[in-house]
Amino acid sequence: MAEQVTRKPYLRELPRTLWFLRHPRYVRYMAREFSCFFIGAYTLMLVLGLKRLAEGPEAYAGFLEALASPGAIVFHLFALAFSAYHSITWFRLTPKAMPVQLGENFLPDGVIAGAHYAGWALVSLVVLWLAGAF
Amino acid sequence: METITSDIAIIGAGGAGLRAAIAIAQADPGLRIALISKVYPMRSHTCAAEGGAAGVIKSDDSLEQHFNDTVGGGDWLCDQDAVDILVQEAPKELLQLEHWGCPWSRETDGSVAVRPFGGMKKQRTWFAADKTGFHILHTLFQTSLQFPSITRYDEFYATELLVDDGCCQGLTAIEMRSGQIRQFRARAVIVAGGGAGRMFPFTTNGAIKTGDGMALAYRAGVPLKDMEFVQYHPTGLPSTGTLLTEACRGEGGVLLNKQGRRFLQDYGMGPETPLGKPVLKTMELGPRDRLSQAFWHEQKKGNMVATEWGDAMLLDMRHLGEKKINERLPLVRDMSISYMGVDPVRDPVPVRPVVHYMMGGIHTDIRAATPLAGLYAAGECACVSINGANRLGSNSLTELLVFGRRAALSAMEYLASGSARGNAQAIDARAESARGQVRALFQRSGGGESIAGLRKAMMHTLEQHAGIYRSGEGLTEACATLATLRRRYANIELHDKTNVYNTDLLQALELGSMLDCAEAVAVSALERRESRGAHQRLDCPERDDARFLKHSLAHYQGEAAPRISYGEVVITKSQPGVRDYSGGHA
Amino acid sequence: MSERRVELDVLRYNPETDRTPHFQRYSVTCREEWVVLDALNHVKETVDPTLAYRWSCHMAVCGSCGMMINGEPKLACKSFLRDYPGVIRVEPLAHFPVERDLVTVIDDFIAKLTRVKPYLIPKEAKPIEAGEYRQTPAQLKRYKQFTLCINCMLCYAACPEYGMIPKFMGPAAISLAHRWNQDSRDGGRAERQEEIAATEGVWECSFTGACSEVCPEHVDPAAALQRVKIKSTIDWYLAHTMPWLNK
Repeated sequence: MAEQVTRKPYLRELPRTLWFLRHPRYVRYMAREFSCFFIGAYTLMLVLGLKRLAEGPEAYAGFLEALASPGAIVFHLFALAFSAYHSITWFRLTPKAMPVQLGENFLPDGVIAGAHYAGWALVSLVVLWLAGAF
Repeated sequence: METITSDIAIIGAGGAGLRAAIAIAQADPGLRIALISKVYPMRSHTCAAEGGAAGVIKSDDSLEQHFNDTVGGGDWLCDQDAVDILVQEAPKELLQLEHWGCPWSRETDGSVAVRPFGGMKKQRTWFAADKTGFHILHTLFQTSLQFPSITRYDEFYATELLVDDGCCQGLTAIEMRSGQIRQFRARAVIVAGGGAGRMFPFTTNGAIKTGDGMALAYRAGVPLKDMEFVQYHPTGLPSTGTLLTEACRGEGGVLLNKQGRRFLQDYGMGPETPLGKPVLKTMELGPRDRLSQAFWHEQKKGNMVATEWGDAMLLDMRHLGEKKINERLPLVRDMSISYMGVDPVRDPVPVRPVVHYMMGGIHTDIRAATPLAGLYAAGECACVSINGANRLGSNSLTELLVFGRRAALSAMEYLASGSARGNAQAIDARAESARGQVRALFQRSGGGESIAGLRKAMMHTLEQHAGIYRSGEGLTEACATLATLRRRYANIELHDKTNVYNTDLLQALELGSMLDCAEAVAVSALERRESRGAHQRLDCPERDDARFLKHSLAHYQGEAAPRISYGEVVITKSQPGVRDYSGGHA
Repeated sequence: MSERRVELDVLRYNPETDRTPHFQRYSVTCREEWVVLDALNHVKETVDPTLAYRWSCHMAVCGSCGMMINGEPKLACKSFLRDYPGVIRVEPLAHFPVERDLVTVIDDFIAKLTRVKPYLIPKEAKPIEAGEYRQTPAQLKRYKQFTLCINCMLCYAACPEYGMIPKFMGPAAISLAHRWNQDSRDGGRAERQEEIAATEGVWECSFTGACSEVCPEHVDPAAALQRVKIKSTIDWYLAHTMPWLNK
């Protein structure tokens, strides 16, 4: 039994950059976070479309033509996939953030997430209706 | 050696220690409190208490009935003045916890709910689902965080009480993280170190329950009272000893033998009550000692279910339904599934009696004061005695609150009376010698005795000879074995001779505590030639009030076996009678 | 009853003899129904008494035996050998300094817990003699799950934010603050906001959700943190759009 204090708590180094590769749940989290880049990019593209529309029919036609290019289609597919992933992962988390207590019990998670899906479907229908799809 | 000076030092930060600390901090914020524990407070074993805490609150109940249930349950070995205090102060203490935010289960009108419990004639057990002790402990711990006068010393293992001039003036403790010994100087010390169930191999008790507080006081010259009374809880999981709360039966669960018969009716606790309609203080709601003894007899008759961990009875809760089990007994369901692979909603759970609680402990009076000036004790480590020969379930959580607070107030009175003495030099010398003792353990080599080996031998001896039923012959053998084990303990050798968080050292010291307590149990049991409550002698099957309506007191004698003397039981209004759990006494 | 040879790779670190931690392999015969803690106890009793770890209750309520088991924060007393067919890697809880072997330094958590004032700050003072505060089962249920935290700190070991930003108050401390905020008897939310609505409070949380996935008591700390965020946001908007409400 030594007299001097020999404590020396050891701090384990953590990878600062690719830390999320440590565990699948972190990878899933990063995928969810990463998905917002596509949503952002898609929003920028819509803004660009508005700008072209304001510049006149020719500019807008050029924009529509560019949308039909294979690259733009691939981009749309990616954007669709990631925004769907984004929405689904967040909807799945909504029961945590906004629980609803009725009397003694809480509404089941499925009801709260389901309500979000219903809202999503409704808004989509309205947009389609505005676009003249029906 | 670093010296830490405070006004009152408390050893143990479980329910009793925390309650005491808060009481002092509230009453006099100027007093410096050192709260010393070998574990972080929330690890203390109070957290494992499940069923509830008894306190009269409903209008059909009365203090007198709580008193009578407790005294009868304890087979008249309780000190009745102490029980009076317990039942009077219980409701106030439980309400105090409510005011500190304890999440008690509630009635629909928002008042506190109570549930039935074994040996209690009325519903008076306050509960927080089936994690009552956990919630009490965390409520107390978190409440304690608001008091700046409480300084915690978490993970400090107390090794010795510092006594000089006939009064306790502090203690020495090992700081686990550094391995250094510290001297705690205090004008009064409260021991709240918990029980010693780990002396037995099959117990509901956590690893930390090694009787350290009891051993500290015992070695300092304070007798251990009624140590022969060891409670077996009837319903533990046979695989791990994990407790399934008495509330399982309080809520309506029943016990079956392998023929499916509710066998308790054959042991004076009948007649059989309707399934799902438990009747208080009869059948499955009889007291723990009687139920565990009935198991023993049924086992002898070959009526028990064989499992790979030995014989078991069946705890059937299926008729309670999934909803009620989830709401009232969620932990029970979770543990039965996890540790036994049995879902109580679908199947009866095999259970068997398991060592649960020490009725005995540090001899104190109703002020929680020990015979040693400046030393107080409360909780399971103490014996006031409100539990007598058999504790009723849900009285111990109440006890640690009531007597934790009383220990605090008594210690403060003692400080105020000016009778606390201090002799710095003599105390320093004692602290140095305490450090020398620990250092000697490090220096010893060639002894060759293993800690695990001695521990196993001790556990085996107690299980074999100091279990539910005992005999003079067996106890004589146990005493001899334990004396040998204590001698061999002097030759243990540490494998780990480093300082930082040395658990080998910790286990060695804990084993020392347990061996001292174990010997007190065995010798007290041998001397008590009668059967009373949890102490059942096959060779002396009757209760003998003429000779043994007395508290046993085990006095430490160093290397020799303890000397046993006897003290009077305080009887105020309830003369010893017959314990009747036949349901015919309403 | 069946037995099995179990290989454990345990991270060892003794500050007096080691500069860095290293793995040590133990091979012991265990019973099939044992938990990892039983295996460690068996190692300590029969092979290596110097191995250091914390444990007590063996029923997942004291919170002592949190450790990384095959990289996942777990209570050793509730990790069944039957779920780990291969070599079992046992390390101290991630993100905490290692004191020795599997024992970590948890001062940081204790300090944070103290800072969030995890005790009842009564909405209205009431003497004991006046009886209990009324609380309906519905009001109880509103906060009950957050009382179940056993302070085992698995959530801190799972939380990548805490790993990178040690100042983050972390899941358990904030959940417990939220527990008191949600209690119908309590009126202390404003006092707790100072700590939990600060940058190093909830706003370091990016809702990885790992805390809730590993919580052995199903407390769901991630839920508590998101609710604190929403409430704090509402506070902010109310304060800035309707300042008269603050008076």
